[in-house]
Amino acid sequence: MLFAILIGFLWACVLVFAGTQLKGRAAILNAIVPVGLFVYFASFIPEVLNNGPILKTYQWVSSMGVDLNFNLDGLSLIFVLMITGIGAMVFIYTSAYMKGSAHLDRFYGYLSMFMASMLGLVLSDNLITVFVFWELTSVVSFFLIGYNSRQEDSRKAALMSLGVTGLGGMLLLGGVILMGSVGGSYSIQELLNSGVVFSESSSYILILFFIIGAAFTKSAQFPFHFWLPLAMKAPTPVSTYLHSATMVKAGIYLLLRLSPLLGNDPSWNNTLMAFGGITMLYGAWHTLFRTDLKSILAYSTISALGILTFLIGIGSEEAFLAALIFILVHALYKATLFLVAGSIDKASGTRDILKLGGLAKYMIPVAIAGFLAAVSNAGMPPSFGFLGKDLIYEATLGTGTMAIFITAAAVITNVLLLYAGFVAGIKPFVGRLPEELVDDVRKLSPVIWLPPLILGVLCLVFGLFPFIGESLVRPAVEAVAGEPYDFHIKLWHGFNIILLLSGITIASGFVLYFLIRPSQKKVDLMEKADFIGPLSFTQLSSIGFERISLMWTRFFTSGYVRYYLIAVMIFVIGVVGYELFIGTHVYMDFATLKEVSFYEMGTILIMILGIGVAVFSPSRLTALAALGVLGYAICIIFVFYGAPDLAMTQFAIDTLTVILFVLVLYRLPKYLKLSDTRSRFRDGVIAISFGLLITLLILEVLGQPVNRELSAYYAENAYLLAKGKNVVNVILVDFRGIDTMVEITVLAISALGVYSLLKLQMQKSDIE
Amino acid sequence: MTQLILLPILFQACLAVLLLFFYTKTKTQKVLSIAGSSVNLVIASLLFYTVWVNGSMSVQAGNWSAPFGITFVADTLAVTMVLLTAIVGFAVSVFSAFTIARDRLRFGYFSILHFLLMGLAGSFLTGDIFNLYVWFEIILISSFVLLTIGSEKKQLEGAVKYFALNMLASIMFLTALGILYGLTGTLNMADLSGKVAALENRGLVNVCALFFFIGFGIKAALFPLYAWLPDSYHAPPTAVTAIFSGLLTKVAVYALIRVFSVVFVVDEFFSQLFIILAVITIFSGGIGALVQTNIRKFFSYLIICHIGYMIIGLGLFNEIALAGMVFYLIHDVVIKTNLFLISGVIVKIKGTSDMRKLGDIYNDYPKLALLFALSLFSLIGIPPLSGFWPKVSLILGGMEADNYLTVGFILFGSFITLVVVAKLWAQVFWKSSANLEEHEDFSYFNKLRKRRKVAILFPVVFLTLVTLYIGFGAESVNTLATRIAGELINVQPYIDTVMGK
Repeated sequence: MLFAILIGFLWACVLVFAGTQLKGRAAILNAIVPVGLFVYFASFIPEVLNNGPILKTYQWVSSMGVDLNFNLDGLSLIFVLMITGIGAMVFIYTSAYMKGSAHLDRFYGYLSMFMASMLGLVLSDNLITVFVFWELTSVVSFFLIGYNSRQEDSRKAALMSLGVTGLGGMLLLGGVILMGSVGGSYSIQELLNSGVVFSESSSYILILFFIIGAAFTKSAQFPFHFWLPLAMKAPTPVSTYLHSATMVKAGIYLLLRLSPLLGNDPSWNNTLMAFGGITMLYGAWHTLFRTDLKSILAYSTISALGILTFLIGIGSEEAFLAALIFILVHALYKATLFLVAGSIDKASGTRDILKLGGLAKYMIPVAIAGFLAAVSNAGMPPSFGFLGKDLIYEATLGTGTMAIFITAAAVITNVLLLYAGFVAGIKPFVGRLPEELVDDVRKLSPVIWLPPLILGVLCLVFGLFPFIGESLVRPAVEAVAGEPYDFHIKLWHGFNIILLLSGITIASGFVLYFLIRPSQKKVDLMEKADFIGPLSFTQLSSIGFERISLMWTRFFTSGYVRYYLIAVMIFVIGVVGYELFIGTHVYMDFATLKEVSFYEMGTILIMILGIGVAVFSPSRLTALAALGVLGYAICIIFVFYGAPDLAMTQFAIDTLTVILFVLVLYRLPKYLKLSDTRSRFRDGVIAISFGLLITLLILEVLGQPVNRELSAYYAENAYLLAKGKNVVNVILVDFRGIDTMVEITVLAISALGVYSLLKLQMQKSDIE
Repeated sequence: MTQLILLPILFQACLAVLLLFFYTKTKTQKVLSIAGSSVNLVIASLLFYTVWVNGSMSVQAGNWSAPFGITFVADTLAVTMVLLTAIVGFAVSVFSAFTIARDRLRFGYFSILHFLLMGLAGSFLTGDIFNLYVWFEIILISSFVLLTIGSEKKQLEGAVKYFALNMLASIMFLTALGILYGLTGTLNMADLSGKVAALENRGLVNVCALFFFIGFGIKAALFPLYAWLPDSYHAPPTAVTAIFSGLLTKVAVYALIRVFSVVFVVDEFFSQLFIILAVITIFSGGIGALVQTNIRKFFSYLIICHIGYMIIGLGLFNEIALAGMVFYLIHDVVIKTNLFLISGVIVKIKGTSDMRKLGDIYNDYPKLALLFALSLFSLIGIPPLSGFWPKVSLILGGMEADNYLTVGFILFGSFITLVVVAKLWAQVFWKSSANLEEHEDFSYFNKLRKRRKVAILFPVVFLTLVTLYIGFGAESVNTLATRIAGELINVQPYIDTVMGK
């Protein structure tokens, strides 16, 4: 099974190197991969239906509890068949639809990778690997949306969708790790078997926030739905495959998969019902205001996803059954409608419904496919959609006190969806062909019209033979509900309230379709209203965020060294000062002050004077001389405290420094006072605070007992063991000889550096 | 056997000196440097293998027993860093040989590069805190020279900022050393461990630790001490920035890890300080990258951003978070070096580093784009590539400590990295590039001979393979990281190794 999942990635690798061989007519050979996989997974159907889930385990990063555990149960099976089945249709369709595209090999590479990621996602039993594949689908989606990479719109749409789904990905990562941390395992099976009750954990709400957030971004629930219509920038096969049939259902899959673990709690159910309800109405309502075929389909997809979330929120067995059936229903008819829209676009060069009509006589097979899909979408008997809609009403009616409102919402949504399906699937084919199109309609090859026709016919077949759907879904319902659930799907239920609702839906839908005409005016109206939508909110806040980022970055990296130094100083003063204040009791033993001699006082006065002159002198040379005085004064202090050798060294260094400085400064232009009084004052305050801090610190350090173990050892053994008479020398060249060697190296490197600074003038041609 | 510990240092020292003898013979230098780096890779692997199998070992310089002399210690963390240095050093050595201008090579470039690598190896292996300071001096001065070599205006401008702030960091480090020596009378880190723990004046110990933290914090580019980094890293040739970005901030992180595991303890105060600064670092770096237009400055801000992850790990200081931190460190060294090499190739292709003008890489060089994408994805942490795994551990560590602030910011950091890298991709790879005027004297990538192209891409491919291994072989890297985390939590074996018990 691992190979079956990974073959998509392998195929993509093959395409990187051999992709150019598979162009033109040969491109259809790419479809071997999904077709083969479909057959492979279909062969598992009897086993899964009769014997239950198939588990496969492969070791991976076991030390982190992450293994490649695959679980082909009823729920995965439905998704797997959808992914490979619709994938096969899309792969075939693409070979003709994208004919002549410069980078067809890349396109197939992305599609294969997507298929593999999606398979991995629905088959993974390990929560972390679910996340792994989840992210991969987002990334591939990014590349597919941006396929026409030179168009700015495509790039923007790709970035927006990656932004939203990426945010969801982060939430999912947080969610799965938290679940693993609470439940003690990342394996969904183990979590189910361990009987851990998440809703009793203190982190439950946080888990819900993470997981539901992830599902909502991926499955385009309000208010994160806006990336999906933008994603329609992608070529139509991508919209069909990723953005309607499979990838956007990943969030739904996640909710279904985790329902047994996280569900059955009011916070879970109510959140899903509320957002699902809003989304289904919002999406369906928006279809009224669109004229672009793909745009209409995008919003109706959003609405359908809303219905699914809503059903999962209801959480009863009926609702799960309805959701699972509806997933299949929707995948079939929506994929058909997208492929139909693509075919229309391909043949006529436009997707604008206002410019389309009467295409039936030019492309009968496509028209049939569109009609069948629209019928299924409308939920008219005997289509598969009819079964789905009945089950939805059955589920909403069983919700108790709120049943009326909930059912009403479902009915309204379905009415609007019927309208959308008719506009997309029937309207382009009926009526009169606009004159400007008459000569332009191109003939379509069977490779284009066959896939939508097959899918369209399936919409009917699944409806005529309800047992297909029934037996496919049975183990899935069991997996989601957590226990066996007995049900029977029939086309004819007899006269009851559900049939009445169905009738109302279809009748009102027809009325709506004939009353309301799509128009440019409506599109413009909606564009104006969109000003207050989540999309513009996101755009505005990202602009605002960018502004803040710029301000923040400019503030902390202004480009001036002085501000950088100030930042460090203030940080030191703040943090060290705080710790010094909190953690220590700095005090001064005034009794010891008496020991200060007259000479010492004098030296210190000279030092203070030197500092004063150095700071306030208007001349560089005077300031330098004052610094020299300061240095000498320090030497004298060394002498007072019995370190004449140190004093001599310091004396030499100070003299040399002053001389060198004089040589350099002499050549500089006249001293200019560049800083104003305010910044000088600021610098003064910082300098004095820092000095004060160090003084306090030294006072504190001096109050501590001294450990002389090391120096005692050195003094004792310098002659005995190291055979040297001068302890300092022995320390430098023997005890700590490596330090000295390395410091000498520092000097050598500096010398090299100075030499290159002085001598090297780069040729212009060498500048990188 | 224990002499092996010194070999990575001594070998680089000899190589650097040997290169000085061929000061103007650039061809010989190239051959020597690449050959030497390959040998060094073998040495480092050998050392790593020995320690992995036999456990930590130490050697006393001049045979003066600890704590009186200077001890070199090879524990698992140290040899891992040495191995990474060898890997990165090898890649940069090759890249330098084929991209650095002749003029720079004639002024001791390779020699100083190997001195820098020596300094890094020394810092990782030393067990003496003053000796660590000295190695930091080597790193500072050789990086300064590498930064200025060529004396272009932007180089010097960057170098001033680099040197000023890093010198200040060294002063802080030295101040801390002074206080510590005054309090304990010893410089050996293992010896310090017990002596510092025995000190009664905890406030003063904390102040001392703070100075270490500030010193290393500047060098590691933590908020609010990071400003020097983006102002200097774009200036030198790519190969130089590559080695800087891979190792210089990381050696400071290493020093922080070492000092705050062996010498000091991460108590409540430091834990909070680390975490707060780390999350602001992640934030600052991420949003800094968002507003950049120069591709190298862009990556520079991402260096800052990701330093935050490691400091979070240090702040949480539980085993799982530390394992995540070490894993991230390993990942970061390789990936950051590679990113700058990649930026170098991009600049070589287009002749500009301005992201507004760049473009078309995806359409003109699809296979290169794929190669680069692997690294960019690893950087973001697209699972299952290398940046992903440590984040899982870090998040778990944060949850274990009930610190959801860290969890939130780790996720935020990942998200912002994702967004900015996607933006980079759209700008540099997807977009059509502006009409760039052709510089006559610039050696464009497509004008190079095939052999040279391959040679320039070789280090990128090499590092990408290492990154892929870190991602797909996460099991072995995680085992290593977990072992190191264990050693950081229980330092007694380290102390015993040094003190020869």
